[in-house]
Amino acid sequence: MSSAMFNLILQATLDTLYMVSISGVIATLVGLPLGVMLYVTRPRQVLAMPVLNQVLGIITNIGRSIPFIILMVAIIPFTRMLVGTSIGINAASVPLTIAAIPFVARLIEGALNEISPGLIESAQSMGATPWQIITKVLIPEARGGIITGLTITLVTLVSYSAMAGAVGGGGLGDLGIRYGYNRFNPTIMLITVVILVVMVQGFQSLGDYLVRKSDRK
Amino acid sequence: MIELSNVSKTYGTGSNAVHALKDVNLTVPKGAIHGVIGLSGAGKSTLIRCVNLLERPSSGSVTVDGQEMTHLSRHELNRARHRIGMIFQHFNLLTTRTVFDNVALPLELMGEDRKAIKTRVLPLLEMVGLSDKAKQYPAQLSGGQKQRVAIARALASKPNVLLCDEATSALDPQTTSSILELLREINQQLGITILLITHEMEVVKSICHRVSLISDGKLVEDAEVGDFFTAPCTQLGREFLNDFLQLSPPKELIERLSDTPGEHTHPVVRLTFSGDAVSTPLISRLARECSVDVSILQAKVESIQDRTLGLMIAELLGTPAQTQEAMSYLEAHHLQVEVLGHVQRDV
Repeated sequence: MSSAMFNLILQATLDTLYMVSISGVIATLVGLPLGVMLYVTRPRQVLAMPVLNQVLGIITNIGRSIPFIILMVAIIPFTRMLVGTSIGINAASVPLTIAAIPFVARLIEGALNEISPGLIESAQSMGATPWQIITKVLIPEARGGIITGLTITLVTLVSYSAMAGAVGGGGLGDLGIRYGYNRFNPTIMLITVVILVVMVQGFQSLGDYLVRKSDRK
Repeated sequence: MIELSNVSKTYGTGSNAVHALKDVNLTVPKGAIHGVIGLSGAGKSTLIRCVNLLERPSSGSVTVDGQEMTHLSRHELNRARHRIGMIFQHFNLLTTRTVFDNVALPLELMGEDRKAIKTRVLPLLEMVGLSDKAKQYPAQLSGGQKQRVAIARALASKPNVLLCDEATSALDPQTTSSILELLREINQQLGITILLITHEMEVVKSICHRVSLISDGKLVEDAEVGDFFTAPCTQLGREFLNDFLQLSPPKELIERLSDTPGEHTHPVVRLTFSGDAVSTPLISRLARECSVDVSILQAKVESIQDRTLGLMIAELLGTPAQTQEAMSYLEAHHLQVEVLGHVQRDV
């Protein structure tokens, strides 16, 4: 393999990691509070607001139901407004983030669902405010489930980012399509896939390790 | 200390409405241990949750330590809850916090600093006998130890009142009695008023001063524990008592019992002795003075706090006139006599 090829693969790998991490981080920052809101605003919950809960639920479901490939092209004007271009890794990070936010939110909500209602009740009996219940009970108690959810999100983002490659997003998917598929280079295709597999394995192992470390049950 | 007046709680509306509590009145004086006993679904849980407003009553007033709870703002309610500890059937400890940090939680919620927390938590762990477990997680503890942590946690904010929601129902009998012993100590040494709900007569018998019986959302009895165990006023109260004492005639006898006396039948009676009657040799006197024979089928003596309670199921053998006289004699000596039925004597 030529050094030019090597550089190409290295660059694509870094591009993928860049897209996955930036969209993963922003999606967590937005999706975590959204997931918590989806949970605590439910009827009979600590911040019961049934109407808001319905609205958030519908928005989240819309976000979850649009196929990623369609979302990517549909929000091109928004992406341009935000990063000035519709191609490249920064541009690809926008739809990746948008797609990941409702995904993260539902997974966080699911993790909170696993908490025994008795814990919330006992915190209330101690005079905890809703904010204290969220920060001292809900999030710490759900942390195993939250880490599992974020791991699933990262793995999903790796595969979505490969799709972003198909529309000029850069990264390993882009490399695989352009060199591996269009130019009939099976070696490049294989290397691309292997790197993606290793990346997913890495994220999953890291996630599993963190869950094990946080588990006190 | 705790006063519920005309408290009602209704879930749902219209034809789906469920009346969990109906016009409940309950007063628990300072320093008392008051038990509320009832079957599942009678409204016990709702009742105890109305005290700290985990459930808001549909109507009526709730006063704790002179403060009307239903009029408080959110903020004031949270402050009031710092003075009302609560423990639960399933302990409700945070799994991700150590024993120390679980007990520290209410103090953190009140905004205490780390040093103040430490000086408060360590003596509490000492009191519940878990100083050596401070760094462990709840999953490493037994059920009894978990409830001890929960008790220490409930006491951390120096409450005046402790609410116990079926606190021993998930524990085995030995652990139950050690937890009850701890609750009694807390009541005596710290003067904390305790309201507990339970379905176990054993709990009422061992620590309560007064007991209320709840049935279908209504308090149907309210009595000193000694009175409740000697003479419950309601059918449900008697069922709880009989169930607890496990005193009922043998099965084959029940089958032979008839409601009406016949020519050659003898009455089978349940006798309840309390007070002086327990130590008086009444049965042998009965045999001498009324010339009846007494065949004892079952007998039991229970001590309920400072009182002794004797129970006996016996068949009185004699002519109808003699047995009638015997029953009058027993009643005259302050025994409760309940005729269970009449049985044909095998000759």
